[in-house]
Amino acid sequence: MNLEQTKTLNAATGAPHPVHKLTIRELAIKYGFLVLLLGLILFFCAFTNGFASPQSAVFILQSVAITGILALGVTATLVVGGFDLSIGSVATTAMMASSYVMVVMGGDAFTAMLVCILIGVVVGLINGFLIVYMRVPDLLATLGMMFLLVGLQRIPTEGRSIATGMTMPDGSVASGTFSPAFLALGRHRFDFVLPNLVPVSVVVLILLAIVIWFFLEYTRFGRMMYAVGSNERAAQLAGAPVNAYKISAYVISGVFASIGGILLAARLGRGDIASGNNLLLDSVAAALIGFAVLGAAKPNAFGTAIGALFVGVLLQGLTMMNAPYYTQDFVKGGVLVIALVFTFALSQRRR
Amino acid sequence: MVQEAVFRIEGLRKSFGPNQVLGGVDLELRAGVITVLMGANGAGKSTLVRIVSGVYDRDAGRITLAGQVFSPSSPAEAIRAGVVTVHQNINDGVVADLDVATNLTLDRLNGRGAPLVFNPRRVRREAAAVAARMGLSIDLTARISDLSLADRQMVAIARAMAHEPKVLILDEPTSSLSSAEAERLFQVVERLRARGVAILYISHRMSDIRRLADTIVSLRDGRISGIFEDQPLDYEGAVNAMLGKKISAGDISVRAATAPVLHAANLQLTPTSRPFSLTLGGGEVVAITGLVGVGKTALAETLFGVRAPVSGGMTLDGADYAPRSTRQAIERGVFLVAKDRGENGIVPGFNIYENISLPFLKRISNFGITSRRSERDLARTQIASLGVVCRSERDEMSTLSGGNQQKVMVGRWLTQASRVLILDEPFQGVDISARRDLAAKLRASAIGRATLVFVTELDEAFEIADRILVMSEHTLVGEHRNADINVDKLLAEIAGQHQMVG
Repeated sequence: MNLEQTKTLNAATGAPHPVHKLTIRELAIKYGFLVLLLGLILFFCAFTNGFASPQSAVFILQSVAITGILALGVTATLVVGGFDLSIGSVATTAMMASSYVMVVMGGDAFTAMLVCILIGVVVGLINGFLIVYMRVPDLLATLGMMFLLVGLQRIPTEGRSIATGMTMPDGSVASGTFSPAFLALGRHRFDFVLPNLVPVSVVVLILLAIVIWFFLEYTRFGRMMYAVGSNERAAQLAGAPVNAYKISAYVISGVFASIGGILLAARLGRGDIASGNNLLLDSVAAALIGFAVLGAAKPNAFGTAIGALFVGVLLQGLTMMNAPYYTQDFVKGGVLVIALVFTFALSQRRR
Repeated sequence: MVQEAVFRIEGLRKSFGPNQVLGGVDLELRAGVITVLMGANGAGKSTLVRIVSGVYDRDAGRITLAGQVFSPSSPAEAIRAGVVTVHQNINDGVVADLDVATNLTLDRLNGRGAPLVFNPRRVRREAAAVAARMGLSIDLTARISDLSLADRQMVAIARAMAHEPKVLILDEPTSSLSSAEAERLFQVVERLRARGVAILYISHRMSDIRRLADTIVSLRDGRISGIFEDQPLDYEGAVNAMLGKKISAGDISVRAATAPVLHAANLQLTPTSRPFSLTLGGGEVVAITGLVGVGKTALAETLFGVRAPVSGGMTLDGADYAPRSTRQAIERGVFLVAKDRGENGIVPGFNIYENISLPFLKRISNFGITSRRSERDLARTQIASLGVVCRSERDEMSTLSGGNQQKVMVGRWLTQASRVLILDEPFQGVDISARRDLAAKLRASAIGRATLVFVTELDEAFEIADRILVMSEHTLVGEHRNADINVDKLLAEIAGQHQMVG
């Protein structure tokens, strides 16, 4: 008892307590993935020509920008203990909607973006409503929503892709065009170190990553979302409006996905029915890989960003080493499996 | 009509690691007799049932069934030998997606020698026979998931009875039934008694026990603490034996309350229970005691805004108080330390200081941005004042002992001043020294608020309270000052032999 009291006192007064030494296993869990990423970069720098250049770095970031943005959104739903399978189709729906607004209806860039964000908000609200009030399990609700949106985005054009000057179902020719301001989102590059280096999508990715990271780690709302995901009942008994937090997470996810869709449309310059197939899997993989970063063993924004970067580095490096394109999904899958083993088998933090 | 025992347990022992759960239990069941087993939480009832039904192995002891040694190695073997258990969780006894007929004959589809293909008409015929023997009038084609809890319970029992058991064990069968539904269950149980089945009936509910018991056996701390078979049965003695007679009216100096803080008038918790009134004064610690399932948690949750009362109203410091969410309750200064900390309190992904600050993040945040420094300061203060044994406020909750986890849970609600602090079973799974620390801290900090503690164990009430209220069947039935307690009266009230109090 006396000993215990002394120990307590030490801890309470901030007196030095025995330094906690990390075992090799703990070190591996905590820094393993970051070391792996660093090793990968060094490897590619050494064995390929031109990997170690600003252009290459920007290219990697650009290749993961849209999946990264979606992954940050889905991280929010993972934090509250949910899941959002509809993000890929929200993004493609937003892409089709923005094209439709501008090309068919002759709207401007601002209207197009507003419509997209609105779609994200509405889909998020519906997802949240289905999960919270209709008690549909998250995976099933968002799976249904995904299916619904994949179909919905094809209805206005009767299954055609949208491009400037396209022929409408009734035989007339669409009069609108993609506004230059909108296309700039996909084509403008900011000067950074070199002139015309950094594309808008990369800037948006970095900004959103910082915003969601700050939100989840440093605001009380983010903290309560983690509490809801970890023990919903305890969060409720601590006064948290649990349902509101859950619905907000799906709205965040929907809005992020629709921002991804806007960037996709701006990059392609058309509403392409066939694009965006891989968005869902790639972004979910990035978010799940994020569990392994710094031994977090939980969804986190920093991890998600690193996870997206990891996949981008690996694919860019392999491409520069002449690996064929069809091996890409295999490599991504392999990385995901290894990351999941890192998270769940090696880390004992979750009992 | 003393008969030879059909089922006899002698010297049954069971330990889990260092914890001895059963320390030599002797129990006899006779044909056509309902033996009620009473015991508080952790007395060892569930372990006893699980050994007898073949789920656990025993460490030592002998069980005989009709003179033969009975040592089932699996639940199926126990059933084949003629000992059938209906477990507390009704849905464990039935398959929700199948119809009644299939449920009634399920065990036949699934034993050795069961046919590969079955004839649905024959299944229905057999099921009808089983139902008829039990006097069960349920549509055999109905799906279990469409039935009420009581009907499911009947099906589970009928399914058990299809084996023609010699011994039937019912583990708290009425815990989720209404009184009308329970009445139907009693009739079935009485019919089985008349057919000569030896029945072990496990329950806390005094109304069940009065209705059914031929013999009462009390279990306390893994030992039989009393056997009552002389008519009329000594219910009070049974409750006494179950709770233990270590009653030492606490050595605390009883304080009188200052002005009333919370007043509840004609509060009714369930549609069938009697309304009651309750006043909590400033500076006093009030304990509400009563058996499991008498509505203690329901009252705690009503005061905290988790559920709404059926009728009645509350005032807090003279103003109307009708919280519709936990957040509203917290804003008015009514805090609840919920029971079962693992389920209702601890956020496992959070460390100590994040757990402590959880309800009050809003108060210590600026423009929504949390201040980790003030969180850690608050946590360090609580760790020091409650004596939480830990390395630092950043430790994971899972590294703490049960008592220290509970100190963190209580500390969480002591970081801010409250008007009413409610604690539901705060000493559950807490070692004796942590319990003393917590009780002392609660009494020392009680000035300026009303403190309400819900406990099943009487010792705990004596240790902490100025006033002790007794709850039975979702209403308050007694009040005592913790100074000159009439223990017999208190026990009688707990056992349900009470007059209404104003």
